[in-house]
Amino acid sequence: MKIPIVEDILSANDRLAAENARLLADQGLLAVNVMASPGAGKTSLIVQTIDALRDHTRLGVIEGDIASRLDADTIQALQIPVVQINTGGTCHLDANMVHGALEQLPLDVLDLLFIENVGNLICPTDFALGEALKVMIASVPEGDDKPYKYPGMFAAVDAIVVNKIDLLPYVEFDLAGFRQLVTGLNSGVQVFQVSCTTGEGIAAWADWLLGKTTDRMAANQT
Amino acid sequence: MHELPVTQGMLSIALEHAERAGAKKITAINITVGEMSGIVDDSIQFYFDFVSKDTPAQGALLTFERVPARFHCKACDEDFSVGDNGQWACPHCGAWSVEILAGREFYVDSIEVE
Repeated sequence: MKIPIVEDILSANDRLAAENARLLADQGLLAVNVMASPGAGKTSLIVQTIDALRDHTRLGVIEGDIASRLDADTIQALQIPVVQINTGGTCHLDANMVHGALEQLPLDVLDLLFIENVGNLICPTDFALGEALKVMIASVPEGDDKPYKYPGMFAAVDAIVVNKIDLLPYVEFDLAGFRQLVTGLNSGVQVFQVSCTTGEGIAAWADWLLGKTTDRMAANQT
Repeated sequence: MHELPVTQGMLSIALEHAERAGAKKITAINITVGEMSGIVDDSIQFYFDFVSKDTPAQGALLTFERVPARFHCKACDEDFSVGDNGQWACPHCGAWSVEILAGREFYVDSIEVE
């Protein structure tokens, strides 16, 4: 006997992600899923953004890594609430891991939550976490051809932060061509150009994010 | 790399529906996989043999129906499939400005039970 089903295999993750999204919305908390390849500057961007925004909004961080709590220690040193998730080999965060981390954070005193995903340009796109915004970092030394190779990631995000622009004079990276390519793949995407080393461009990115955070808080109050 | 949790998810969907139908044994699980889902058939089969052990799905035949990626070009309005070169560029006008029509599917289509 044949039983028709047609049930998405990732539906369990999607259901949990929807629960996380509801929990975060109830708290008026904006969660940002930060994705990039290893070494692109995920933690550096989070640290710079904390520095830019900590007097304006209340931030928290979930750190996802295969192993270690190096990144959580970096954030903790800034006296920002942080939870480290070690996936133990899994190539992405999933909604269940994030659900567990949310239970350990003081959500009622936070406005903006960074969720730093595992360094990977492939798998994280398939696993919703309950975030309001998806952001990816593309760093200059990785090269300007990455949108050709990982189009799924570039098409899925709300914003692309081009990091390490201080290295542009030393590396072949066609910024104009890159911008044209990513806006073709993803017409609504915001593109920011920053250097976490010099601080260039961080203000524009942080302002945009603060605007999104304020919008989320306002939506919760109405 | 994430086929193990995915295989467990697939198995639990199949077991739940088999139990609901009062079936004793699952003989086949038919899965639909989009070309862009990043799922490797052999890897699913490999994990399935482990996770289905001692369940009513042990020994079930897994079949995979592949769905090719299809795109709609927002520049020239033509639909197209990804070519052999694996590129998302429109073969009609060359633009990289696409909407994904198909290829991200990943679901249990049906099961066969006794």
